[in-house]
Amino acid sequence: MWEFEPRIVAFLCRWCASAGADLAGTSRLQYPPNAVPIRVNCSGRVEPQWVVEALVAGADGVLIGGCHPGDCHYVAGNYKTRRRVHLLRKVLTEMGIEPQRVRLEWVSATEGARFAQVMADFVEDLKKLGPLHDGGRGCPR
Amino acid sequence: MAEAKPRIGVFVCHCGKNIAGTVDVAGLAEKASRLPGVVYATHYQYMCADPGQALLQRALKEHRLNGVVVAACSPSMHEETFRRAAAAAGLNPYLLEIANIREQVSWVHSGPKATEKALRVVRAMVEKVRANRPLKPAELGVTRKALVVGGGIAGIQAALDIANAGFEVILVEKSPSIGGHMAQLSETFPTLDCSQCILTPKMVELARHPKIRLLAYSEVEEVTGFVGNYRVRIRKKPTYVDPAKCNLCGECAKVCPVRVPNEFDRGLSQRAAIYIPFPQAIPASYTLDERNCLGIVPLRCGKCAEVCEPKAIDFDMREELLEEEVGAVVLATGYELYPKEAMAEYGYGTIPDVIDGLEFERLLSAGGPTRGEVRRPSDGQVPKEVVFIQCSGSRDPEHHKPYCSKICCMYTAKHALLFRHAVPAGKAYVFYIDIRAGGKDYEEFVNRAMADERILYIRGKVAKVFQEGRKVVVWGVDTLTGKRVEVRADLVVLAQAMVPSPGTAELARKLRIACGAEGFLREAHPKLRPLEALSPGIFLAGAAQGPKDIPEAVAQASGTAAKVVALLSQPKLEHAPEVAEVQEELCSGCGICAPQCPYGAITVDDVAHVNEILCEGCGTCAAACPSGAMSFRNVADAQVLAMVRAALEGEGVGI
Repeated sequence: MWEFEPRIVAFLCRWCASAGADLAGTSRLQYPPNAVPIRVNCSGRVEPQWVVEALVAGADGVLIGGCHPGDCHYVAGNYKTRRRVHLLRKVLTEMGIEPQRVRLEWVSATEGARFAQVMADFVEDLKKLGPLHDGGRGCPR
Repeated sequence: MAEAKPRIGVFVCHCGKNIAGTVDVAGLAEKASRLPGVVYATHYQYMCADPGQALLQRALKEHRLNGVVVAACSPSMHEETFRRAAAAAGLNPYLLEIANIREQVSWVHSGPKATEKALRVVRAMVEKVRANRPLKPAELGVTRKALVVGGGIAGIQAALDIANAGFEVILVEKSPSIGGHMAQLSETFPTLDCSQCILTPKMVELARHPKIRLLAYSEVEEVTGFVGNYRVRIRKKPTYVDPAKCNLCGECAKVCPVRVPNEFDRGLSQRAAIYIPFPQAIPASYTLDERNCLGIVPLRCGKCAEVCEPKAIDFDMREELLEEEVGAVVLATGYELYPKEAMAEYGYGTIPDVIDGLEFERLLSAGGPTRGEVRRPSDGQVPKEVVFIQCSGSRDPEHHKPYCSKICCMYTAKHALLFRHAVPAGKAYVFYIDIRAGGKDYEEFVNRAMADERILYIRGKVAKVFQEGRKVVVWGVDTLTGKRVEVRADLVVLAQAMVPSPGTAELARKLRIACGAEGFLREAHPKLRPLEALSPGIFLAGAAQGPKDIPEAVAQASGTAAKVVALLSQPKLEHAPEVAEVQEELCSGCGICAPQCPYGAITVDDVAHVNEILCEGCGTCAAACPSGAMSFRNVADAQVLAMVRAALEGEGVGI
């Protein structure tokens, strides 16, 4: 039986989220392989347009992983990301795309288990939402 | 590389079985070899080992590669290793990227899906390398001079070590004398050395050091610039006394009609408006405290100037603003004790015979207000029964500070012993939660105190402290016997929590560095970089970074000094070139980017400009730019979008 496997692009900040993902690896924590990670210096580098283009290019969901509030390596990049994602979700909703497809998570470098959990949860939630690209649901394609 | 035809090599590492046990490395290399732009792909057991690096270097030459993807462990492990190897073989190191297929693939997934994800990760990284450009780190000079902020034992030690290595040091201290809290202590644990006797020679050495410029009664007003090249503005408050002329005769203080609490004695004695904090103070000079002086404006007193034989007093002295250039900054701003008003439940601040540890130090000190006799503040009587309360404000996340202040177990044991030396017939009670005596000869020292039959250690917390007649009654619980305890004491000494000294947060803001949740200065890494702040060129020493005793503060200060010396000895500094950049033809000069930058690296005139040295590379400006003019070197929009497409394309095994 065909089972829907969501495709995810994960923009992970170098200092916290990507380091947390590395720790999940060092701790050998298994999680679903649906996301392809793209490492950036700071979640603040992630342009809302990247997220939109990822959804257009075939992603069913986009994860942005940054440092916890107050922990940003670059002082406050994560706060800016939070604001941008908040606005982006509103825009996506207007376009008929479920805002839950864009997920912003704070994962510290010590939270390997949390990273694995975030991945598992996101995949689970996207499976419930179904594919973004099945046509006829007001989605980008 | 953007102009030349891409000739990319992909090197898949087995990492023994760490990757090869999960990912089909041969298949991955084969698929990678067919990716656009890739001219060579191979796999090898250990890419990071010498033969692996040699393989990479050989292939670079044989296949004339102009870009490399190493599919291996996390870039935090070996990015530098491979970039160095590639550079040695003639490739610009920024044309090599790591595809992380170990921590983020083989260790967390299994089955064919792992190989498929590895391919997606490699494909995305090949796209990145296709558009990477060769970069060159910016070079900058170094001002071979250091600024040390704070003249306690940590600041003194750091300044001396840096100066003894041959570099100039400016030491800024906000109070009239250096010495810090260590100068207030009577004796030090666990050896019971007299604190002044071991500290003052260092203070004198500092004052006489030809490489050190001491600016006491001064504060850092502003810091601009960056590693190796800071500009500092220092506000030097007027002391109204010329230190070169003052001969410390003390006639001025005798005639001064003003009496205010003496800060050095923590308010247990009084001083005049013109004063020297303690006889061994450095700079060795009186200071006229303008807030309390009657004579400055308008001139209506002036008694001190009349009696000053060397004519050292100058009412026309004014505040000075000094500009200095330094290459490194050491923050050694120290600690303060948790303030009185915060500890109301123990009667601190309302009951005169409830005092803190530093006040007790002053009572014990031979140079203190009681000449070293322990006499309680309310009536000057010698206390017979003294209660010491440890963890007063520490280890109490519900009401006060969650952390352990680290030094209180030790100094309370010292207080109890010194009290017994001073008052042989006296009795001491110590309330404690746990005894933490980790340190050389520390446990033995506490055991000495515990073995004293007239020092009673009670494991438990104090519930209430109140005045009854001339006694201070302490109610607590002995958790070892489960019984209530009441002590009718003559004096109560609180081992108050250590907190960052006032102004720490403001200074951190001026330097754009971070404080932790409790306000202590944050180190770059809690284990591996404990001496540096995250901003390069800013270093930490002493209790400003977290509670510390004297040996630890001194050790950290010497370690920090070594870091500073290493920085100041560099002929040139390099700054990572992966930073933001402006495509001027696209920029409208709207200025949205500039306020995004936490480092002040962007200036805007007709168009925006990025100061490459100030930019730390977060890229939040590029994300905010509405016209796409602000970009980021080797993380350009088009590049990321190509990576995204490469990551998503193709049918997968169920993905």
